[in-house]
Amino acid sequence: MSDDRVHAWSEDELGVTGEVRDVVRAPAAVLSTAAAEVDPTAPDVVRLAADLVATMRVSPGCVGLAAPQVGVGSRVFCVDVSGHPRTRTGHGTFVLCNAEVVEATRREKAREGCMSVPDLTGDVRRAARLTVRGRLPGTGEEVTVVTDAFEARALQHEIDHCAGLLFLDRVADARAVHPRRTYL
Amino acid sequence: MTLRPSAPTQHAITVLGHDRPGIIAETTERLADLGLNLEDSTMTLLRGHFAMMLVCSGEAPSAAIEAALAPLADDGALTVTVRSVAPDDPDPVRGAPHVLTVHGGDRPGIVSSVAAEVARVGGNITDLTTRLAGDLYLLVAELDLPAGVDATALGAEIDRVATDLGVGATLRPVETDEL
Ligand SMILES: [Zn+2]
Repeated sequence: MSDDRVHAWSEDELGVTGEVRDVVRAPAAVLSTAAAEVDPTAPDVVRLAADLVATMRVSPGCVGLAAPQVGVGSRVFCVDVSGHPRTRTGHGTFVLCNAEVVEATRREKAREGCMSVPDLTGDVRRAARLTVRGRLPGTGEEVTVVTDAFEARALQHEIDHCAGLLFLDRVADARAVHPRRTYL
Repeated sequence: MTLRPSAPTQHAITVLGHDRPGIIAETTERLADLGLNLEDSTMTLLRGHFAMMLVCSGEAPSAAIEAALAPLADDGALTVTVRSVAPDDPDPVRGAPHVLTVHGGDRPGIVSSVAAEVARVGGNITDLTTRLAGDLYLLVAELDLPAGVDATALGAEIDRVATDLGVGATLRPVETDEL
């Protein structure tokens, strides 16, 4: 049932208007430092959640953003893979606090980018079937998200951010990092 | 003594310089005209510079290959080298493959410090890419670690060296999908 709860969630529940924050780029130390567990009901965490969603919304192509990417060492991230062509299961917009992977299977390789590493992309193997547990900001309810494909990849990427890991720490081999092409 | 017919000579060839369309087509056509077989090759752009290395086999002597490739260097934008090399060991002993990532602020000595730690345990770097992207310096290497090397301990030691340089390191086994 908690899957439905996540699906029904929206940032309106937070009751605050998020502000767009600057996204920090590697090699910022905050991106390589494991973030701290948070109290999901704390007002500053609620505000952070709203800011993450607001920043994701104004960033073209952004399907997820973790607190370390706005310079905050807290285990909070938002995701929204709606409308992405590689999405199968999707839960719309949601924010998770203190999220952890419960089960991960069927690893598949795909190319990833990251707003904090704007000049590079990399081929990364990640589970395509995923179960994640975390808490919703505001109410602090524990929820479990069962998903697959692109949403599973996005969740693992953001959980990695909260652990101080970038996709660069997961690339498959020495030829798996690519300069991002700018098409004129 | 060996019953194998004398193996054809192998030649190592490098082509480096200003990138333009057609370099690979011209190089490989000239090699094919000499009856040379392309064995392993790699090509990439380094800061926009064309960089190709290849090993080919055949009976043509180095001097003939040099002469055939000389027109590539005519306008001074490319440098070509040719030398004969001993044939490779057909069954090299391979260690356990691992991938190492190091990234952080650009600091002199990152590659040499990390490579020294790998060499200290007898590990062999089999592939290496480094990139400088803005302020971010990135190294990704593939390593073969000899039997008996504790990869976890090596990873911790590399991370310690990396931390001293203000960068971070992760070492993990290569995952192969058997399909
Ligand atoms: Zn990211």
